[in-house]
Amino acid sequence: MSNLQSLSLYWPELILSGTILLAIIIDIFSESQQSKKVSNWVTLGLLLTLIAVAITKHSPTTLFMDTLAFDPFASFIKSIVIVATILVIVISRNSNEFKGYHTGEYYALLAVMVFGMFLMASAIDLIMVYLSIEVVSLMSFILAGYLKNNPRSNEASLKYVIYGAFSSGIMLYGLSIIFGLTGTTNYFEIRDAVKALDGSADLALTIASVFVLAGFGYKISAVPFHFWTPDVYEGSPTPITAYLSVAPKAAGFALMIRFFNQVFVDGASLSGMGWSSTVSFSWPQLLGIISVITMSMGNLVAIQQSSVKRMLAYSSIAHAGYMLMALPTTSSEGVFGIMIYLVMYLFMNLGAFFVLIYVIEKEGGETFEHFNGLGWRMPIVGLVMTIFMFSLTGLPPTVGFIGKFYLFAAVINAGPAFYWLAFFGALNTVVSLYYYMRVVKAMYLTGEPSDVIAVPSFSMTMIFLLLAIPSVFFGIYWVPVLGWVKESLLLFVQAL
Amino acid sequence: MDNILSWIIWIPIIGMVAIGFVPRGQQDLIKKIAAVTTGIQLLVAVMIWITFNPTDGSFQFMERAEWIPSLGIAYILGIDGLSLPMVALNALIAFLGVFVSWNIDRAVKGYFALFLLLDTGIMGVFLSLDFFLFYVFWEVMLLPMYFLIGMWGGPQREYAAIKFFLYTLFGSVLMLIALLALYFACGKTFDMLLMMERAPFALDGVVWWGMSAIKVIWVLLFIGFAIKVPVFPFHTWLPLAHVEAPTAISVVLAGILLKLGVYGMLRINYTMLPDAVWWFAGAFAVLGMINVLWGAMCALAQKDLKKMVAYSSISHMGFLLLGMAAVIAGGAANGSNLMAAQAGINGAVFQMFNHGTISAMLFILVGVIYDQAHHRDIEGFGGLAAQMPVYSGIVALAFFAGLGLPGLSGFVSEAMCFIGAFPVFRTIVIISTIGILLNAAYFLWAFQRMFFGKLNEKYTGLVDINRRELFTVVPLLAITIFLGIYPRPFLDMIKETMNVLIDQVVIVGGIAGIF
Repeated sequence: MSNLQSLSLYWPELILSGTILLAIIIDIFSESQQSKKVSNWVTLGLLLTLIAVAITKHSPTTLFMDTLAFDPFASFIKSIVIVATILVIVISRNSNEFKGYHTGEYYALLAVMVFGMFLMASAIDLIMVYLSIEVVSLMSFILAGYLKNNPRSNEASLKYVIYGAFSSGIMLYGLSIIFGLTGTTNYFEIRDAVKALDGSADLALTIASVFVLAGFGYKISAVPFHFWTPDVYEGSPTPITAYLSVAPKAAGFALMIRFFNQVFVDGASLSGMGWSSTVSFSWPQLLGIISVITMSMGNLVAIQQSSVKRMLAYSSIAHAGYMLMALPTTSSEGVFGIMIYLVMYLFMNLGAFFVLIYVIEKEGGETFEHFNGLGWRMPIVGLVMTIFMFSLTGLPPTVGFIGKFYLFAAVINAGPAFYWLAFFGALNTVVSLYYYMRVVKAMYLTGEPSDVIAVPSFSMTMIFLLLAIPSVFFGIYWVPVLGWVKESLLLFVQAL
Repeated sequence: MDNILSWIIWIPIIGMVAIGFVPRGQQDLIKKIAAVTTGIQLLVAVMIWITFNPTDGSFQFMERAEWIPSLGIAYILGIDGLSLPMVALNALIAFLGVFVSWNIDRAVKGYFALFLLLDTGIMGVFLSLDFFLFYVFWEVMLLPMYFLIGMWGGPQREYAAIKFFLYTLFGSVLMLIALLALYFACGKTFDMLLMMERAPFALDGVVWWGMSAIKVIWVLLFIGFAIKVPVFPFHTWLPLAHVEAPTAISVVLAGILLKLGVYGMLRINYTMLPDAVWWFAGAFAVLGMINVLWGAMCALAQKDLKKMVAYSSISHMGFLLLGMAAVIAGGAANGSNLMAAQAGINGAVFQMFNHGTISAMLFILVGVIYDQAHHRDIEGFGGLAAQMPVYSGIVALAFFAGLGLPGLSGFVSEAMCFIGAFPVFRTIVIISTIGILLNAAYFLWAFQRMFFGKLNEKYTGLVDINRRELFTVVPLLAITIFLGIYPRPFLDMIKETMNVLIDQVVIVGGIAGIF
């Protein structure tokens, strides 16, 4: 579509831009330090954007001279991003980590980051890929270092910048090789050109893919591009940690799905079966190996942590590994599994982080010791945290199990060549049980029944229940999620 | 009478919710609710037992409802001669377990809520005929078990709880992979009845990395179930979990949880992969022999009474494995000895039930002495016979049942297992009989050390078994004696189903046979 026509399908982003600009203006004229007004406005703007995303319907097409795709898949990722952002804004308002800081621009920056992730969700052009990643990264750097009086937050930000600059540099180099080989930046033209190369440039393509993977892997924190994750997650304000572990990851997976399943796969439509790779170098095996290394590393290192925040950081690396497991299957089932998992992961991971935020506030720390006896003193908090821990492990009847179930099903369905992936995934589940149970153990197995019971404030209780109830309900009856994901499993594809 | 199976599964959940509304202070009310709930469940179980048609070997009281149609998952329940005794046993043990737990005074509300959740999980496993549902119940059972051991257990409870959890989860995830492989092989259905029909043929001749797919799936499932049984070498979680768990939970563990593994093998491995039974029967027999001897020898070496009983469980499960291996006696290659196959399989299921009652009784009795003496060191007692005459008498009977004295139920089922396995695995059976001797040795030796000789001065204050404790033991004892003298009513209930099972292995496994 031409630029002017595209605008009619670009309502969500236009509303979002307006929100950002107005948020900055409101911030200037707002007097209170905590800037409730700005956060209210941004929340409202995001809700409007979400509605716009939901009602802007059109058959899959491209926008702005083939740089962005407009399809249900993009809307799906956008919705996940918005929901995560709204939840994080709510929890940020309730968190006292930001006491003494001016938070007006905090919310505005979050909204800018959402814009970047919108672009990531729909980019089908190498330039757009790079730009969208950079927008998100720049905002993340600032947000990670938002607590400017806290040295650890500064450290987090600096490490993040260095790693970010490094990996996006490598990715850019990979992109330029691809451009050099094919003479175009558009995904579908690249696909056709790569197919025409017919294996004559396999080495160059392999190198280029590995380089590009450095950029993507950095966004979803896949090993060996994960080194920034633990320190950044630990130093950032906890709401931002929660945010980084969910939203950019979803957007990163969207990028990867589009890149690998559209550039290297020959499928008329993503809802069809039986795709085949158009290139002869074995990128599925490469992704499979990265997946296994990612989940194993994340899990094994998580065991040794004494800080729950760091533990959750490593656990989020492991979850990226599980999701990566389904990517090399080159099937719509694989993409389907990842999409289901992203929804489920949103509930359980944000939930775990939100409980952590609450515990940091009430107990004054984030180590396992601070969770000791929590189940006795704060029964509601203990119960919801137990649900999130079981869910992250992947035990029924919670959403974590359903997510894993679809991932495993996609892998098993892909045939015996992929069974080893399922096997490692299964073993990792067992390993992860150990450290998730450490939290449960601290909460219930240590400490004694107490007569003094603390109940969180009404708004916190609501937030907890908002995440915990779906975590169980969708674990028992997940047809609503299924329906939504099924509708959204439609990516724009140009015929070969 | 409609949906009677759903009722028996979900009644404990109703009780659990009711307990949730009781204020924490009212401990007695909580215990009464638990007792009433499990009591009703027991009555329902008795009703099912009475109305069950023993001449029909297929599933009865079937229920079916849609759950996730797009995935082929449904809510299917049914009961046959294999699950019936287990359902009855579970209802009984759960009911008695509430009374065994009567002395719990720490976080009573949580304890009984979890206890009832565990009850539902176990019932669900025995009654589900949808593999997905089966798996969900199988896992749901783990969560309360972890807390029950970890929060109300002995000094090493945290370690015991996580070890139990890790072991069983390891088995479960392997089972999940096997489940998915079967799901795709059988045309995307989790309906176990359809899977039983399709799986033997769908997998015929499929090869993965040079191995037969049937063998691979069998091994994955076998490990998953063997951990629960536990089969050597997957047994190391058991003594620890048993010893650290509170009495009632040890009773449930030994009485029912161990049976789940065997139940899973008979329900899933035997029916869906009948060919592999032929391939694996020899290994079954050998593992059974190792279990019998290893468990008995470990029991002989124990100083802790509870640990001794725990190891005796391992030994008893070995007999059962021998009985399960005997099914191949029905095959043409082994002279179509259907009698032996029937004796073995019926004996195995009978042994499941008998071990459930006997080991539950033993653990309750261990709990009785522990509550008073606060230790379980066999050597630390002596001369208790004079001090606690009734208790001594009951322990004597329970020990005799454990060592397989004729006239008590354990003897009948062990003998059946041996008789069944003898024609095919002669040497193994002969070696295994040493286990009987060892069983007698440690039970009698323990009895002698605890009850005979001079009374330890410290224990002149011990009082005899009280009425509540008697109430928990006597029903089990009565069943043990009754079935020891007259096992017919029990065997009649399961016979037809076992014939169907043998047919599945011998005929279907024989036709599709690739080994």
